[in-house]
Amino acid sequence: MDTVANTAEAYAPAACRDNDVILDCRVDNIYYGDFLAVRDSRVPICRNEITGFIGPSGCGKSTVLRSINRMNDLIRSFRFEGSVHYHGIDMYGPKVDPVVVRRHIGMVFQQPNPFALSIFENVAFGLRLNRFKGNMMEKVEKALRGAALWDEVKDILKRSGLSLSGGQQQRLCIARAIATEPSVLLMDEPCSALDPIATRQIEELMVRLKEKYTLVIVTHNMQQALRVADQTAFFSVDISQGGRTGHLVEMGPTRRLFDDPQETLTREYLQGEFS
Amino acid sequence: MGSPKETPRKWGDSFATPPSFGDVVFDRVFRGVAYAFTVLTILVLAYIVFEIGGKALPAVKEYGMQLLSSSDWNVNRKVYGILPEIWGTLYSSLFALAVGGVFGVAIAIFLTQDFLPHKVEIVLKNIIEMLAAIPSVVYGLWGIFVLIPIIRPLADFLHEYLGWIPFFGTKLNGPGLFPASLVLSIMILPTVAAVSQDAFRAIPLKTKEAVYGMGTTRWEAILRVMLPTASGGIFGALVLGFGRALGETMALAMLVGNSNQISLSLFSPANTLAALLALNFPEAGPMEVQVLMFAAIVLLVITLVVNVIGQLIINFTRPGGAR
Ligand SMILES: Nc1ncnc2c1ncn2[C@@H]1O[C@H](COP(=O)(O)OP(=O)(O)OP(=O)(O)O)[C@@H](O)[C@H]1O
Ligand SMILES: [Mg+2]
Repeated sequence: MDTVANTAEAYAPAACRDNDVILDCRVDNIYYGDFLAVRDSRVPICRNEITGFIGPSGCGKSTVLRSINRMNDLIRSFRFEGSVHYHGIDMYGPKVDPVVVRRHIGMVFQQPNPFALSIFENVAFGLRLNRFKGNMMEKVEKALRGAALWDEVKDILKRSGLSLSGGQQQRLCIARAIATEPSVLLMDEPCSALDPIATRQIEELMVRLKEKYTLVIVTHNMQQALRVADQTAFFSVDISQGGRTGHLVEMGPTRRLFDDPQETLTREYLQGEFS
Repeated sequence: MGSPKETPRKWGDSFATPPSFGDVVFDRVFRGVAYAFTVLTILVLAYIVFEIGGKALPAVKEYGMQLLSSSDWNVNRKVYGILPEIWGTLYSSLFALAVGGVFGVAIAIFLTQDFLPHKVEIVLKNIIEMLAAIPSVVYGLWGIFVLIPIIRPLADFLHEYLGWIPFFGTKLNGPGLFPASLVLSIMILPTVAAVSQDAFRAIPLKTKEAVYGMGTTRWEAILRVMLPTASGGIFGALVLGFGRALGETMALAMLVGNSNQISLSLFSPANTLAALLALNFPEAGPMEVQVLMFAAIVLLVITLVVNVIGQLIINFTRPGGAR
């Protein structure tokens, strides 16, 4: 691994300038029932960048990610304390409808989960939901091309989305998520079901998408974080206090975090990964 | 299935061992027994059809197609026709399917899509399933003494003001298609609700996450994804409910009015095949028994056709490869 020059810029403490922070996610406490899953973590997400979440299994990466677009509201025992400011509005504010939040902040899940509808209808789903009036076919094709799936399915658009292979299903889900062009896209280990070629295609897609959108990805693949993430947030768990509560250990520009971690926990984790 | 003797006890140093002799024997016996029972079921069914068919044959030879096309049933004149019963069976069952189906699916949605706290869901689910445990004759009595008096004002009102609509064309004089079909709706409700609930509960959590992740409201999620995903199971529930309605006997015999007429009016008395069988067998003469056997075969065929059509529709409408 080559090291980056230790310039003052590489050490810059703030991830990006404050007015470029599109999503300011401040977690005080996240509970599942009585279980404190994540504590005190501030994760600013920068506009038009890819932010990567890394850390050991069970440290709360998915929990934080799913709190951003209020996906976790579906879990009855879930409780969020803190705030997620998006365009200056707290997504957990009393007047905010989670449905609207999810329309602006899209999500791709760890496991492929297409609907039991045709491939076309899967991709068109969000368009119909948002009452899109234009050329449906054009948008669907664009989304499928974006997700590197078009060539494989262009002749079988009427087939069920569930008839595809696992990796194809995942790309279908990505196409479904990007079809409505949400301003922020959250991806929870989007490549864990994909082969290296499809993974590369998705990574290229992410890099292309950040021109227009903002992306947050959870990954267990350090190389992937290095390849695509501009900022990286490292989470860990402390077992000391009895429970297994996750928290943000450190966050910064990816190269800086990997080359010169400021915290012992980060250094140990990365050493484990790369030794 | 290799025979246990040929398999080496161990390949290499693994802990893996082949199934023991006992396991293999148990597996074979279990399979054999399951197979035998399957064949036995089919044989019993075939025997019943054969036996009833044999008993019905003389009547078919004697009266031919007239049995199906005539609306007359007169033992003294020796004319038998079961067309009104076929009509009444289908009419009451379809009505029950419409009412019980809509309510059953609605209940299933209500109890599975997070409308209620979990504990309340369980309590309601059990209460509805208890409806299935009430004996048919109790439904019949309840229909006569409770339901008919309740619906009479409504029926009178509909007949008086909307009598020009064929469905309300006659006056309700006690038993008739309407009370019978309503009770039938309640009777098939638990079946439809329970099987549809299973269909909804079988939808994996990840699908639910995917739908809500797209930013759907609850109703959008239900209508656009949950219902289509559960459609196979819901359809099965409706076919089951319809089958149950077709064969229901006691409550209908008490409530339908047992009158040989074909009328569109919901308020007129009618008859169904099952009720005809239940009421006429005890005092039937030899020829009448043969005709009743024929009616039984017709009921069997209707049920069979409904199930086959239902199965076909499920196979054709399920999006390719789903589940
Ligand atoms: N629905 C839930 N109910 C209760 N506890 C949960 C739930 N989901 C997650 N947890 C708990 O919260 C903690 C964090 O889980 P989370 O899924 O966020 O971890 P993660 O960092 O994404 O792990 P992985 O890398 O394995 O996906 C874990 O201890 C987990 O047991
Ligand atoms: Mg996770």
